[in-house]
Amino acid sequence: MTFALVFLAVIMATVIGWLLRQSLNTQPWQADDPLENRPGRGVIAVEPAKIALLSFIAVATSLFALFLSAYLMRMKMADWSPLTEPKLLWLNTGLLVLASIAFQLTRSAATRGQLPTVKTGLIAGGVCTTLFLLGQLVAWQQLNAGGYFMTGNPANAFFYVLTALHGMHLLGGMWVWGRTTARVLAGADARSVRLSVELCTVYWHYLLLVWIVLFALLLST
Amino acid sequence: MAYVAIADRDHDIEHHDPTTFITKYIWSQDHKVIAIQYSITAIFVGLVALVLSGMMRLQLGFPDSFSFITPNNYYQFITMHGMIMVIFLLTALFLGGFGNYLIPLMIGARDMVFPYMNMLSYWVYLVSVIVLLTSFFVPGGPTGAGWTLYPPQAILPGTPGTDWGIVLMLGSLALFIVAFTMGGLNYVTTILQARARGMTMMRLPLSLWGIFMATVLGLLAFPALFVSAVMMMLDKALGTSFFMPAIVSMGEQLDYDGGSPILFQHLFWFFGHPEVYIVALPAFGLVSDLLSTHARKNIFGYRMMVWAILAIGGLSFVVWAHHMYVSGMNPYFGFFFATTTLIIAVPTAIKVYNWVLTLWQGNIHLTVPMLFAIAFIFTFTHGGLTGIFLGNVVVDLPLSDTYFVVAHFHMVMGVSPILVVFGSIYHWYPKITGRMLNETLGKVHFWGTLLGTYAIYLPMHYLGFLGVPRRYYAMGNTEFMPESAFVLNQSITISALIVAGFQLIFLYNLISSLRNGEKAGPNPWRATTLEWQTPDTPPKHGNWGHTLPEVHRWAYDYSVPGYPDDFIPQNVPADPSIPAYDQGSHGPDHGTSS
Amino acid sequence: MPIAVVLILLVVGSLVFHFLSPWTFTPIASNWGMIDTTVDITFVVTGIVFVAINLFMAYAIIRYRHREGLTAKYEPENKKLEVWLTVLTTIGVAAMLTPGLFVWAKFVTVPAGATEIEVVGQQWRWSYRLPGRDGEFGSVDAKLIDPENPFGIDPGDPNGRDDVLIDDAIVHIPLGEPVRFWLRSKDVLHNFTVAQFRVKMDLVPGMVSYMWLEPTKVGEYEVLCEELCGIAHHAMRGRVIVDEPEDYQAWVDSQSTFAEIQARPPGDAALGAASYAVCAACHGAQGEGQLALNAPKLSGQDSRYLKKQLRNYKLGIRGTHEEDVYGRQMQPMAATLVNDAMIDNVVAYILSLPDTPAPATISGDIVHGAKLYVLCANCHGKDGQGIQMNAPRQAGMSDWYLLSQLKNFKQGVRGEHPYDLHGKQMGFMARTLHDEQAMRDVIAYINTL
Repeated sequence: MTFALVFLAVIMATVIGWLLRQSLNTQPWQADDPLENRPGRGVIAVEPAKIALLSFIAVATSLFALFLSAYLMRMKMADWSPLTEPKLLWLNTGLLVLASIAFQLTRSAATRGQLPTVKTGLIAGGVCTTLFLLGQLVAWQQLNAGGYFMTGNPANAFFYVLTALHGMHLLGGMWVWGRTTARVLAGADARSVRLSVELCTVYWHYLLLVWIVLFALLLST
Repeated sequence: MAYVAIADRDHDIEHHDPTTFITKYIWSQDHKVIAIQYSITAIFVGLVALVLSGMMRLQLGFPDSFSFITPNNYYQFITMHGMIMVIFLLTALFLGGFGNYLIPLMIGARDMVFPYMNMLSYWVYLVSVIVLLTSFFVPGGPTGAGWTLYPPQAILPGTPGTDWGIVLMLGSLALFIVAFTMGGLNYVTTILQARARGMTMMRLPLSLWGIFMATVLGLLAFPALFVSAVMMMLDKALGTSFFMPAIVSMGEQLDYDGGSPILFQHLFWFFGHPEVYIVALPAFGLVSDLLSTHARKNIFGYRMMVWAILAIGGLSFVVWAHHMYVSGMNPYFGFFFATTTLIIAVPTAIKVYNWVLTLWQGNIHLTVPMLFAIAFIFTFTHGGLTGIFLGNVVVDLPLSDTYFVVAHFHMVMGVSPILVVFGSIYHWYPKITGRMLNETLGKVHFWGTLLGTYAIYLPMHYLGFLGVPRRYYAMGNTEFMPESAFVLNQSITISALIVAGFQLIFLYNLISSLRNGEKAGPNPWRATTLEWQTPDTPPKHGNWGHTLPEVHRWAYDYSVPGYPDDFIPQNVPADPSIPAYDQGSHGPDHGTSS
Repeated sequence: MPIAVVLILLVVGSLVFHFLSPWTFTPIASNWGMIDTTVDITFVVTGIVFVAINLFMAYAIIRYRHREGLTAKYEPENKKLEVWLTVLTTIGVAAMLTPGLFVWAKFVTVPAGATEIEVVGQQWRWSYRLPGRDGEFGSVDAKLIDPENPFGIDPGDPNGRDDVLIDDAIVHIPLGEPVRFWLRSKDVLHNFTVAQFRVKMDLVPGMVSYMWLEPTKVGEYEVLCEELCGIAHHAMRGRVIVDEPEDYQAWVDSQSTFAEIQARPPGDAALGAASYAVCAACHGAQGEGQLALNAPKLSGQDSRYLKKQLRNYKLGIRGTHEEDVYGRQMQPMAATLVNDAMIDNVVAYILSLPDTPAPATISGDIVHGAKLYVLCANCHGKDGQGIQMNAPRQAGMSDWYLLSQLKNFKQGVRGEHPYDLHGKQMGFMARTLHDEQAMRDVIAYINTL
């Protein structure tokens, strides 16, 4: 559980730290305190959707961290026998990196209002992600063909579960991507999708990071 | 392009009022309607769980007298009772119900930041409730694994509902978690980003601090339940061995190998302990506001109260294994978890002191909400103190798994939060419906509930000392148990049935007051917080008419010296002719910060 | 105002209840008096806080209840007071925690040279293993568990050969010596609890947990399972007998080791045939049973069950209740089998008899019976075929006998002997059948299996 605890400690410390900063050095009983009554005081200067996304990322981090904790605890049991990861996963990792890069480019294009780049960027990102997901499916098939069945060993089971979970998070992202891309193709203005593109970008970077951590863990054990 | 806070660009945002009956009351995106939907659903399943507890008590008080309560049924009842009460009633009611209703009103917002997601949250919750209740009608019935759902037993024969019941339970929990996450992201974002002008975090009523912290805990803790549910589902459905070691069940070798049941317990309680505070923190917050309003006095030590909430929230993640002292885990963990658990008693005690000190030198109006709030302090003190017994690892050895535990957690996270729920309903009902609840019926309900529950749970602790184990279908003939223990059990059952009867009065009051209740003004309790300052009662869609309120003071300006009224609403600007309260002139520790 | 009075009354009432309650810890029978002391300290500290807070609150309500002209004092905070309260609370908490941690440190470190006993849990019975003369337990593996090797001992491990196996829910421990309990489960979680010893610990499948204690009083104590383990959780009872050390040694010596059990020759049906002559008079030459003589069918019954019952009769664990008329007839018959070998032989003979299903004599509502049987099936098998490591066969056996035994169990004529713990378990279950009709219904259903 140490793994999950460390992650949660970081998240909780951030939350509590921010909240404490709101409360130290204040005298809440002072009415019309000039410090307090400025417009927007205390509100974090980003769109609510981004706050929501960051909160969701915290939730997802908790989820992955707990799974990894379970992984590390289960690994200590006698019957653990590691599987050989298919080489294909390296290619998949590359695809996901490309997707992330595509989103990053789309994002700057959206801020600058360059509609054609936004279009290509979005499509490139989507294609790379789809290929990544298909690649993961192929990797599953290779493992199955190699005799690494889900019930064979907890290491196999964890591999399938973790990759499935990661894939499902990506699919959730693809839904937002789909709506955004549809809007862009239907002729929406680049700036009007800026927020959606930014959210996608942050989310993709996050899932790339999660994948790298997962992949590193799977490879090293 | 700099970001402009929601409250500062209210005029640029278009507001659409729903027009049809369906969009107004069924597929509604209005936080108030969603809150009511959440509350009604939660209270409905809560009543189901109440009936289940009545059946359990019948069996315990009068064993072998009712042919419809077999051991199978009994274990199904305790499982469903526990899970419904903790998750589907209390969590949903405090956050989905009170959270939804109060957050936008108390911070001076028009609605949640993401109303559509808020609506979705309710409907997914409703589906999770339906899935859960469906398990009563499938072959084998609901799961009887106990609300902790410990493997291996939860998915092995010998426990009822291992075919369908457990699958539906896990599915229902997964749906609930999805619903909660959608709601929770909303509550957090709304509190952070949609506060009215001048409403700083430190001017939030404590209700919202409690709800906010509980939501944060829920968002981070529910994934642990999700993880354990997914892994158990795979063990059950596909035959993986996450939690399942090599097992000989009923004389048969099973295909599992190497799994760890303790791993499940760690994951479960990693969620399960914060869950206690997910229920308790909103109750702490709401009761603070009830006490302050009805004692006409500012809450004592507001900042300390906020810090206590933060401390409890933070610590709640490092105490989970105190549920596992006798689980067979590495016993050396006991030192760490006993220490952290007893440390958490300190901020909790501070909250209790501050509630009592809020009454001290107050002007106490003994209204129905106030009675419930006072009763909460009594039962919570009782339940909190017995928690110190169980948290102290050696004291837990004889008491663990006995009725002492049952009595403790019912006192601290059953009775106490429910008393706050009642108090809060009496308090906010006039805002929600525009009418007061009947006071006489309210008092009858109060006395029956308080005295009845104490008659249930005080003696129950002593059954625990005697060594009566929990989760026993029948005690039968046990040598060290005197005949009187059975008499005590009967009296507990009778008290429980009486308490359940008193809840009918409450239900009647809730329904009949909708029509017959005395009309309430916009602010019947003369309270300071924003929800009482809405232009309409009940508030209309959008809450605030044309302009959002602007906040000038904290939520606890009761009986401020120099003012004619004994309360100043949060949206009233300071009166320059009256000198501001100066902390320095009232205490030796002059200073601006702590 | 009434609320203040009630608060005072509740506080006073709680104290009165506490001091007058006859329901309190059972008299302690182990060295863990320190736990009771820690509980007492906790009681004093929390009791003071409970009384102080609530009386103060009641006083505040009386003194500051709303009256015309009363105004509350405006006082946002009082740092001095809050700091004081925090410090005091911390001291109180430390006063409770510190002794607790010292006692826990004692609990986790087992004294060297402790007598070792392994407790094995299964749904829903206890059994025990001692390390034998070499002081070492043989290694075990759940995969090796079967009716012939219920402990799953590795036959290849020399340490296991002298392990003493007690395939019964009763175990003895020596007075005044530290005893370490190793805890292991075959199926689900269980918890080994003796209220008089104060300590308890879960049995977890897939691992071994432990606890220790030193019994301080000779006597017999009931073992309860205190971790939910399925529908017979409440009926999973065992017994610990604390003996003087010499009595304990005598008891250990009278038990069989793994090697002895493995080496025991299977029953000789030919030899058993002679002994069976006595049985045949009532149970019939083919073991088919005779209703007229109240003798049930024996052929086809589970051999472990038959042996167990014969021993119970011999030892007076069964057939001694004064209302158990037919059991009392059986008791002297069982006594004619003077040793375990004779019991093995006669059971071997019974096993060799042709197994023709007994004729059905009882009818009832089969649909209702099927619902009731769901509970029975957990131990007796879905088809009433019996489960060797658990409970005897019912299908195809004398149905009138099932009825009479259900009644006996329900009324406590059978299963109430303190050493008949599996009988006691059946007593719990029989009591869930509310009347004779329910028994007839469930038996009618068994007849269809």
